[in-house]
Amino acid sequence: MSGHSTYQPQSAFMKWMERRLPIAGLVYSSFVAYPTPRNLNYWWTFGGILSFLLGAQIITGIVLVMHYTPHADHAFNSVEHIMRDVNYGWLIRYLHSNGASMFFVAVYIHMFRGMYYGSYKEPREVLWILGVILYLLMMATGFLGYTLPWGQMSFWGATVITNFFSAIPIVGESVVTWLWGGYAVGNPTLQRFFSLHYLLPFVIAGVVVLHVWALHVVGQNNPTGVEPKTEKDTVAFTPYATVKDGFMMVCFCVVLAWFVFYMPNYLGHADNYIPANPAVTPQHIVPEWYYLPFYAILRAIPNKLMGVIALFGSIGILAFLPWLDTSKVRSANYRPLYRQFFWIFVAVCLGLGWLGGKPAEGGYVVAARILTFYYFAHFFIILPVLGWVEKTKPLPNSISESILASTKARG
Amino acid sequence: MATISAEPTRRDFLYIATGAVGAVGAAAVAVPLISQMNPDASTIAAGAPVEVEIGAIAEGQVIKVFWRGKPIFINHRTKKEIEEAKNVNLASLPDPQPDSARVKAGKEQWQVLVGICTHLGCIPLSHQGQYDGYFCPCHGSVYDTSGRIRSGPAPSNLPVPPYEFLSDTKIRIG
Repeated sequence: MSGHSTYQPQSAFMKWMERRLPIAGLVYSSFVAYPTPRNLNYWWTFGGILSFLLGAQIITGIVLVMHYTPHADHAFNSVEHIMRDVNYGWLIRYLHSNGASMFFVAVYIHMFRGMYYGSYKEPREVLWILGVILYLLMMATGFLGYTLPWGQMSFWGATVITNFFSAIPIVGESVVTWLWGGYAVGNPTLQRFFSLHYLLPFVIAGVVVLHVWALHVVGQNNPTGVEPKTEKDTVAFTPYATVKDGFMMVCFCVVLAWFVFYMPNYLGHADNYIPANPAVTPQHIVPEWYYLPFYAILRAIPNKLMGVIALFGSIGILAFLPWLDTSKVRSANYRPLYRQFFWIFVAVCLGLGWLGGKPAEGGYVVAARILTFYYFAHFFIILPVLGWVEKTKPLPNSISESILASTKARG
Repeated sequence: MATISAEPTRRDFLYIATGAVGAVGAAAVAVPLISQMNPDASTIAAGAPVEVEIGAIAEGQVIKVFWRGKPIFINHRTKKEIEEAKNVNLASLPDPQPDSARVKAGKEQWQVLVGICTHLGCIPLSHQGQYDGYFCPCHGSVYDTSGRIRSGPAPSNLPVPPYEFLSDTKIRIG
């Protein structure tokens, strides 16, 4: 989308404003008149859901900070104070903790959508890479936030994650001491984690602006992978996409509300209701569910440094996806062989997640090694080869043609 | 909404119904977010009444205790201070109030006041000012031995908190 907005201000005030700061015109052309492919399905609503959840997390987070004390001696009690004394404190806390889990549910669906429909392919490479950056920022923010209640899992999760950096040769120990602000995880660590946890969501918001800008420049992908050719292929964003997004946001909020009101601690770990004890490591130390696949990959590699490299590599490799996938066809709807490998990949990710929650013993370790190997093979071997050898189905000439064809088939 | 037909359409109904439910939802979200800033249960509990032993306060002595975060003056008034508090032309007071309305019957020597100047919130100094009552150094408000404003920018008398005598030597404030 280039050129000036088609927005026509009606009132004298809006005409005056538009000449000086055309923000209404920007909003109009981005979210009202914006031409949206008319065949988008519900998998395309998760970007809007993510934006909504970012706002919800920021609001609930800022409110929580009105009552939280970021000091090792008081943090745990301040969270209990929120749960027991603060008006609706229990609600705001559970919205924030379960909102974080739902944030990751939405981002994984959003990413898998991108992988299925080839939304990372030319000309959307930068859009995809901005998304990978957003995902990394989310993981950092989630980790930092989880340390703040200063329970057993908070403390020991902080210890384990910061100890990753001791794997770096030569400077590793100094880096870890620098991160800790001391000789072990302690109050200096908690206080700086609190500061960074408050900061990063606003960095995320800034990168989201870049992400949406990059999207609007190239236009959205769609289930056929064929770019819009004429006006018949698109509809105005408002009311069609607006209402579709809004409807899914409401449905998503029902799921969030289900957790918040009926099972608010299901996705968490009971050990985090024990105040942090630097002398005792919990028997069964695990990160939150959304990190489990990467935790499984880390533990699968028997070497300390290689394990850390594999963990960061398993996320970093996503940035190279536009170049690892050699196929000229975008959407898996027209790539029957890739489609099968996609679902296998999803199953492998779920399997790794399940294994991440198990103790690192016996058969679980063997399985984790097999799935870790497959995870990297998917990117390094399967994707490049598939692009060369796969016989794809013929693409429709246009979006509207594909819709007409499917309605004709249904009769 | 430009209607070509005179009848409201199904779409109009849906828009209005969705908007109405959305407004109710927005209010439901706003209530907890606004309510959480009101005093929480622990603050309310900490604001419970306090009991103070007053038997050891000498005549002419003023002590300060805290209730709900506010300084409370407990003044064991001398006979002279009580006399001066009563002998006043009420019409000349900026905030007319007889001394009898500011103490408990039969216990006029005990004065319990919220020690916050009614101007902008500083703590006045005792046994100071023209009437040997209270004097606020911030902007020069002068109170008499009954704690009533006499001159200066303060608009009203020093407030009397709720209190009662549990015995001759113990009061409960709040």
